[in-house]
Amino acid sequence: MLANRKLILAHFWFAFALFGVALTLGAWQMFIRSPIGTWLSNPELYYRSLTAHGTVMGYVFPTLVAMGFGYAISESALEQRLVGVRWAWTGFWLIVVGSVMAVIPIALGRASVLYTFYPPLIGNVFYYLGVVLVVVGSWIWVALMSINLRVWRRAHPGAPVPLAMFANVAGSYLWAWTAVGAALELLLQIIPVAAGLKNTIDAGLARIFFSWTLHAIVYFWLMPTYIAYYTIVPRAIGGRVYSDTMARISFILFLVVAMPIGMHHTFADPQVGAGFKFIHSAFTALVALPTLLTVFTICASVEIAARLRGGRGLFGWIRALPWDNPMMLALAFSFVMLGFGGAGGLINMSYQLDASIHNTQWITGHFHLIFGGAIVIIYFAIAYDLWPHLTGRELIDMRLIRTQLWLWFIGMIVTTFPWHWVGILGMPRRMAYFDFGDPAIAPQALSVILSVIGGFILLTSGILFLVILARGMRAPQADAGAYRFALAVHQPTIVPVALNTHALWVALMIVLTITNYGYPILNLATSAGTSVPAVYVGAQ
Amino acid sequence: MSAQETHAGSAEVAARVERRWATIAVIIIAGMALLAAFAGIHQATMPQPRVETTDPSRIHLSGEFVESNLGSVLEPNGNVTVRAIGQQYSFTPACIVVPVDTPITLRATSADVVHGILIQGTNVNTMLVPGYISEQLMRFTKTGDYLMPCQEFCSFGHEGMWGKVKVIDRTDFATRAKAGGRLSCVGQ
Repeated sequence: MLANRKLILAHFWFAFALFGVALTLGAWQMFIRSPIGTWLSNPELYYRSLTAHGTVMGYVFPTLVAMGFGYAISESALEQRLVGVRWAWTGFWLIVVGSVMAVIPIALGRASVLYTFYPPLIGNVFYYLGVVLVVVGSWIWVALMSINLRVWRRAHPGAPVPLAMFANVAGSYLWAWTAVGAALELLLQIIPVAAGLKNTIDAGLARIFFSWTLHAIVYFWLMPTYIAYYTIVPRAIGGRVYSDTMARISFILFLVVAMPIGMHHTFADPQVGAGFKFIHSAFTALVALPTLLTVFTICASVEIAARLRGGRGLFGWIRALPWDNPMMLALAFSFVMLGFGGAGGLINMSYQLDASIHNTQWITGHFHLIFGGAIVIIYFAIAYDLWPHLTGRELIDMRLIRTQLWLWFIGMIVTTFPWHWVGILGMPRRMAYFDFGDPAIAPQALSVILSVIGGFILLTSGILFLVILARGMRAPQADAGAYRFALAVHQPTIVPVALNTHALWVALMIVLTITNYGYPILNLATSAGTSVPAVYVGAQ
Repeated sequence: MSAQETHAGSAEVAARVERRWATIAVIIIAGMALLAAFAGIHQATMPQPRVETTDPSRIHLSGEFVESNLGSVLEPNGNVTVRAIGQQYSFTPACIVVPVDTPITLRATSADVVHGILIQGTNVNTMLVPGYISEQLMRFTKTGDYLMPCQEFCSFGHEGMWGKVKVIDRTDFATRAKAGGRLSCVGQ
């Protein structure tokens, strides 16, 4: 059992409980604006719900999962006592307080600005302060991960850092730096206006600050999933990691190139010129590299497991895989969704094609498929894998677990494929209502109904997930032993300094951010007359 | 051969296969970036290149976006310029009229919060950020009515912010343009 099980369980339970609430809101939103829902007479309720859904799913849920998983990795991969447990609890409680502080104004309709903030729309100041507290709480985790690794290094000079911890710390640094963009937007621009100290704001500059956070945050969400691909899946299905070195290179690439690419979210914006848009587009293409490398390494690792189990032939080995193992199932589903979602992502980041789908339901479909699908399904698998080590009890509902994963996969496909389609037809995002009686919109009705069905399948799967975990708290006791990570085919004995430390890569990440963001930000910040009057939400 | 040597041999094979795959991946990525650069430079398909600013609190008083200047105008060279603004929760003009098969420049901005313009069935798609002017080049190849929803959340009335584009025959447009002024669907 893990020594810090209470700490980790607190993170996971709070994350999953909020996830359950936000998932329910999401399903309701899909229903209410579809042809089978009746017109919601107050669209404002829709936007409260949408703000809550985004804030929880974007800021709170993945952050808590990464933190809880990070503490588990630190303790079990380094095989040392977690340093700073009291600080870890402080971070956790900051996030709890921040979440509650943010949710109250949302529920009261005083902060319906969506999780992307959208100044010059300005909501209640406590919403933004709540989000800041969540981020500050997570920064404590970043510091703790760094400190724990340092303590371990001192005790093991020159030894290769275990891959799981190397990746975990890379993810934490990525998060620390990517959150700075939104932090600057909140602290320098939005909060002074929300607090009544100023009444104008530069909306264009705010969008650039937010884009700094908006893309790399996705890679922060993705980190736990990639860590699981490399260090849990091969162990769980009886294989080996094909290459420890390639894994390290992939995580380093994420750290370096996930950051300076956020402006591909602003291709359609008037406040940046075409040059920087192209640079960001090219760098975004680069971020596909670590994913391509990962897909190769993981498929090779899985093949090793299959051949060890007696699989033969060019593709025949696929049948020899342990398909009844939830981790195997989750990985396969995750890869399918990553494939479709990644292909869609290449379209979004394309300098030319983006205009066809920008801000349509295609985008909603894209990030639900990647984040809600490929990433979150592995969060489920991580929880299932860790649960016996956290509760000291066995998870016995294997069939139920498989059903839950199947439902999530089917639900996500049924939800997002029609979304992509109506997006191509030009259906805009973030609408509380569509007039399906309009002959130009009527043809989209069937697709929208399909995706509502998908939404309810997802809700069913989400409830099952919570039920399985809750039942796992009361299952018969069983000792799960020490929590272990996958070994590589060739376990590293000596790792080059560059692949064993983060300093060089963090420096490169910061330098690239400055070269790709410095000039546009400076230019916007110094150009006069671009500040516009704030529009207060809920004030009319 | 000892077990140790076999192991080292397999590590070498693994490294070689990996290198090959990494090379392919890099080529794919470089190819994509080059394609985008080629299309951008050669066919001039790219996002809005220039940055222009305007003060939203004064756009109704003077300058390009005063009310009497909004709508479509036939330029001396035969091209058409459309000027529009978005505000909570409508576009002005609410219905834009343009001729078919004609190069059109859309110039638009926002009077309050962030909005967006998307013309369904086309790839015309731009943000309207208060303080900045958005410019899009477009050309319609078919006459008819197109829906033009606001594609960015602009507060509680966002779902009701739908405009329209009416694409009409070139000669019809030229006839209407003779009377001067700025054209919209009004009076059609």
